[in-house]
Amino acid sequence: MRQFDFMGKRRLAFITSAILLIIAIGALATQQLNLGLDFTGGTLVEVKYEEAPSLDDIRGTLEDADFRDVSVQNFGASTEVLIRLQQAYDPDVGEEVVSLLRDEGTDVDLIRAEFVGAQVGDQLRDQSGMGMLLALGLVMLYVAFRFQYKFALGALLALLHDVIIVIGVFSLFGLEFDLTVLAAILAVIGYSLNDTIVVYDRIRENIRKSRIEHMPTIFNEAINATLSRTLATSGTTLLVLLALLLLGGDLIRNFSIALIIGIGVGTFSSIYVASALLIPLRLQRQDLIPAKKENDDEEEELP
Amino acid sequence: MLNRYPLWKYLLILIVIVVGLIYALPNLFPEDPAIQISSAQSDSGLDEGQLDEIENALRDDGIDITAIESDGGSVLIRLASAGDQLNARDIASEILNDDYVVAVNQAESTPDWLASLGAAPMNLGLDLRGGVHFLLEVDMDEALTQRLEVHGSAMRELLRDERIRYRDTEIEDRRISLVFADEGDRDQARQLIRQEFDEFDYSTEDEGRAARLVMTLTDESVDEIQDYAIEQNLTTLRNRVNELGVAEPLVQRQGPNRIVVELPGVQDTAAAKRIVGATAELEFRLEASPDASDSDTETFEFRNEEGRSAELSRDVIITGDNVSNANRSFDENGRPQVNIDLDGTGGTLMNRATRSNIGSNMAVLFIEHNSEMRTVMEDGEEVEERVNTTERGIISLATIQSALGNSFRITGLESSTEAEELALLLRSGSLAAPIYFAQERTIGPSLGAENIERGIMSVQIGLLLVVLFMLVRYKVFGIIANLALGINLALLVAAMSILGATLTLPGIAGIVLTLGMAVDANVLIFERIREELRNGMSAQQAIHAGYERAVSSIVDANLTTLLVAVILFSIGTGPVKGFAVTLSLGILTSMFTALLVSRAMVNLSHGGKPLKKLWI
Repeated sequence: MRQFDFMGKRRLAFITSAILLIIAIGALATQQLNLGLDFTGGTLVEVKYEEAPSLDDIRGTLEDADFRDVSVQNFGASTEVLIRLQQAYDPDVGEEVVSLLRDEGTDVDLIRAEFVGAQVGDQLRDQSGMGMLLALGLVMLYVAFRFQYKFALGALLALLHDVIIVIGVFSLFGLEFDLTVLAAILAVIGYSLNDTIVVYDRIRENIRKSRIEHMPTIFNEAINATLSRTLATSGTTLLVLLALLLLGGDLIRNFSIALIIGIGVGTFSSIYVASALLIPLRLQRQDLIPAKKENDDEEEELP
Repeated sequence: MLNRYPLWKYLLILIVIVVGLIYALPNLFPEDPAIQISSAQSDSGLDEGQLDEIENALRDDGIDITAIESDGGSVLIRLASAGDQLNARDIASEILNDDYVVAVNQAESTPDWLASLGAAPMNLGLDLRGGVHFLLEVDMDEALTQRLEVHGSAMRELLRDERIRYRDTEIEDRRISLVFADEGDRDQARQLIRQEFDEFDYSTEDEGRAARLVMTLTDESVDEIQDYAIEQNLTTLRNRVNELGVAEPLVQRQGPNRIVVELPGVQDTAAAKRIVGATAELEFRLEASPDASDSDTETFEFRNEEGRSAELSRDVIITGDNVSNANRSFDENGRPQVNIDLDGTGGTLMNRATRSNIGSNMAVLFIEHNSEMRTVMEDGEEVEERVNTTERGIISLATIQSALGNSFRITGLESSTEAEELALLLRSGSLAAPIYFAQERTIGPSLGAENIERGIMSVQIGLLLVVLFMLVRYKVFGIIANLALGINLALLVAAMSILGATLTLPGIAGIVLTLGMAVDANVLIFERIREELRNGMSAQQAIHAGYERAVSSIVDANLTTLLVAVILFSIGTGPVKGFAVTLSLGILTSMFTALLVSRAMVNLSHGGKPLKKLWI
């Protein structure tokens, strides 16, 4: 089987990652995220029809009129409809919506129009943020315990790299960031970690059994050995995600985009961030195989 | 070398799979529209007569009832058509008085033999199926009054400390006024209070010889108090709904003074309504000493003993806000009690108050706000008007034996349900202002039917592609991996059903992702087997080595992800929590199926015989 020289290209990869990160952070700094209704709140309009309308038509009409993030629900009875829009509330929105719907030729009455607050409160956000930090901290401890602290550092940087780039793309292209996208980001974290650990596991195995000291060569062997697995897994997951993206409709489009980018970047980062970073961190065989001598010293100190 | 499992291992795996399939089964049965009736306070259920009356009234109105089920304190009436639901609820609540809560519900229709095993379907989230929508109104006037009372109490303490004598405090609308014996005292007090409280406009009035200081809240501080009340109530309601174990609820502000609470489909909606709308609060006060002046005391009746009352000091030692944790338990006689832990400030205040009052009595005051709709005649028209009432009653009055610290217990509650709910309310924090139900409706799915269909179809197609890919790439082993994948899906659905997790569209996507990771485990193993074959191992050895050597990768990779999921679950709330549940369960089931189930299948199909070639 052909062996690719992954580590030989690591300089190029570092530069690529750096550029991507700069663009992502730049985008986040200059134009923030386009947060969805879940985070910002908006306007709620309750209307009553003479006859039960088609909810999909209502949604279509409102989206054609450039309302964003439209959710349309039956409310109590089939003739009553609750519409939530991501649109700063002003007293005219209700009338505007109703007149648009009336243009479709049906009889519609406005019952109420009010602003609605965010679904995700500040407290929820802060709590989740703290949770995430704690989770990362514990993962680092686990990796440091099972592998070595240099691996933990590599895995952490790879995770940050992936998350920043995905969020950066959402900011750069003004894609809407809602709760489903947040779920996707969490999934990317899980996936990226999974990928990184699989490569790390093979690196650890190869370092232990290999007789050569040249780390880039050992890394290359390990990465090549897991390459077919990496491609098969990323491939199948991307297949599912492409199906979601192309056929799943509007609501899971952003979810799929976040995951597709995340898995692409995650696969790349497990090789070029998580693993390649171990070289400048000066990973050595002794880091994984405890030196016997030290243990003897400790035992001697015991009375 | 032969690959075999001992018989017990095969049996164990088989049992897990069969149990999984049974508990996944209820998800194939649809739900019925229903109304649920349960008692507002005690554990007692509905009596036969009332139930018959409701049944007849519903039938008279042409509503088709498919079944009536009674379960302990709550009654479920299943209806044939969802269109009748609201009407049925109105009829039932008209017949019953305020002692009962009537709520719309979606009732599961799991067959009895499954239900008797405790099997129930998974909940579908608000986005996929909709649920119940409560619109709550926050009583802003009461929020102002409560804030003024707190200020009034602080002002009195300030004046007492400075030995300035006052006669009376009055609170109305946005004003609080203090009456003094003469102008000198008033002006001194005014100066003092002004330094501490900057949210008032100050003015003075003379009343004969007495002098009155009038403090009116400024517009900004009114806005601030109202915003605070809404935000505080939002937080409290979120806590309460989460305490109830409702997964994926929606709690958001609507308009200047209202809050929406939406709960997905099958829930104990009657209990939810009771908890969401509950306004119970606690206050701890000392019994007034006999020589205290009237302006410093208030008289309250006992809640459970008619006619008995006690005179309590106007000053509150602590309120429910200082409670950091509360749990229901039972005393030696089996009566319900609530164990209370106070936070640091609360503990200090309580200790200070009890230390210097050993031998006197301390009362626990239970405060509840209620609202009732009454029809009144106004200018010859019938107008619905809401009447808000506040009930305050003493639930216990006991002698302080020793200085109390951070934790103690309170007794005197009516029933264990009441104790349980009081504990829950104390844990989730108190409401900054009372709330009232303004509206209750069922609400349809927030994702359109077309979108849901497309979403589900795309997930199916995605899965089909994965199945095909595995077949093409790993041939016979691909079949095994796909079987394991199917079992994994069933186990995951079963686990989510048992835990009562709620499935939303992101949740479905999460499932797809964990299935992707399940495939990954098999891919890791199969690639390793191929590699070992290339390195010249025999078929049986390669199978053995493939599974053995892939284990450390699979376990490490999955455990780290599981670690993240578990922490997200314990700390996160709402959607983050929901996602974490799906992810952690998915990781566990995929590790089980990849490491044990697929191995068992390989052992059964390839194990006990010499092999020349593997179709991998």
